[in-house]
Amino acid sequence: MTQSYFPILIMLILAVVIGATILGLNWVLGRHQRNPSKLSPYESGVPPLDENRKRINVRFYQIAMLFILFDIEAAFLYPWAVIYRDAAQGPSGMFLFGEMAVFIGLLAVGYVYVWKKKAFDWH
Amino acid sequence: MNAAFLVFFVVGTIAVASSILVVAMRNPVHSALFLLLTFLCVAILFVVKDAEFVAAVQVLVYAGGIMVLFLFVVMLINVRHLPDDRTLSRFWKGGVGVGLAIFLLLATVVRTGTYHDQNPNKKLLRSTASHRVRKVTNPDGSVTRKRVVRHRTVGNSEAVGMALYQDYLVPFEVASLFLLVAMIGAIVIGKRELSAPEEETSPDFILKRMETEKDVKEAMSA
Repeated sequence: MTQSYFPILIMLILAVVIGATILGLNWVLGRHQRNPSKLSPYESGVPPLDENRKRINVRFYQIAMLFILFDIEAAFLYPWAVIYRDAAQGPSGMFLFGEMAVFIGLLAVGYVYVWKKKAFDWH
Repeated sequence: MNAAFLVFFVVGTIAVASSILVVAMRNPVHSALFLLLTFLCVAILFVVKDAEFVAAVQVLVYAGGIMVLFLFVVMLINVRHLPDDRTLSRFWKGGVGVGLAIFLLLATVVRTGTYHDQNPNKKLLRSTASHRVRKVTNPDGSVTRKRVVRHRTVGNSEAVGMALYQDYLVPFEVASLFLLVAMIGAIVIGKRELSAPEEETSPDFILKRMETEKDVKEAMSA
């Protein structure tokens, strides 16, 4: 079973080797210049007007948090969907369906709450 | 030494090293990137242990979702320069103590045979009965539908599904309650912050700033 993932391992190793080779050759062959214009963020561009690290709005965090919660819900759906087609033929079909209905129903309550609280609106 | 052990050894070493670097890095963004590397290495370790579903969830939820949260926290709290230059925090003794305690706990609880019973368990998890309806032609020529039970080996996601939705029903439903609580908590805590004055990341501010940048550019080219 695990052997079937061997190509992915080879791909990962190749990715690391190619990345390291490109950076390493640049370091070995390239000239090392360290003057102020070379070290500026955009060498031939407009100098930055401001600090790059600014505090962001907490709304971004809220949206990300909600994304993760629904992401986890979707992750739970996946193994259910895999076994459901076979189980639907058998005696436990309705049981599995009801189980997932309760799960999604509980999260739908949260969804409605979030919607009513206008967390999906930006303003 | 087989290939699986070699992969475990190399990837496990990278995982431990990068997780040490997570706490040792000065720049929080670098810490976050090493945390990403740790998550990916742990996903590979799951694959080595025949837990493909957990590996996929590790990449999707942790490397995809939780990482975003960490980066948002880094941007929210806005650390510019840490006040002191020590690599170790002054709580390092407590941290090592807690780490050792958790290691001892796991080493005593998780043993071969309790949760990881190599062969019998694997066979049990990887075979299941499935029901299929098949059309059967009777001797007198009529066709009837008959349910046949077939035993076959299943993939890891199916094994997880079987365990999760049949044996661990209550924990699964409780998980949805946890998600609900987290959802409401995110809104309640976030809303309190929202009453704070408008921050500099509003679309209006960004538009205004873009105009300023354009003016600067024109002034420079003139």
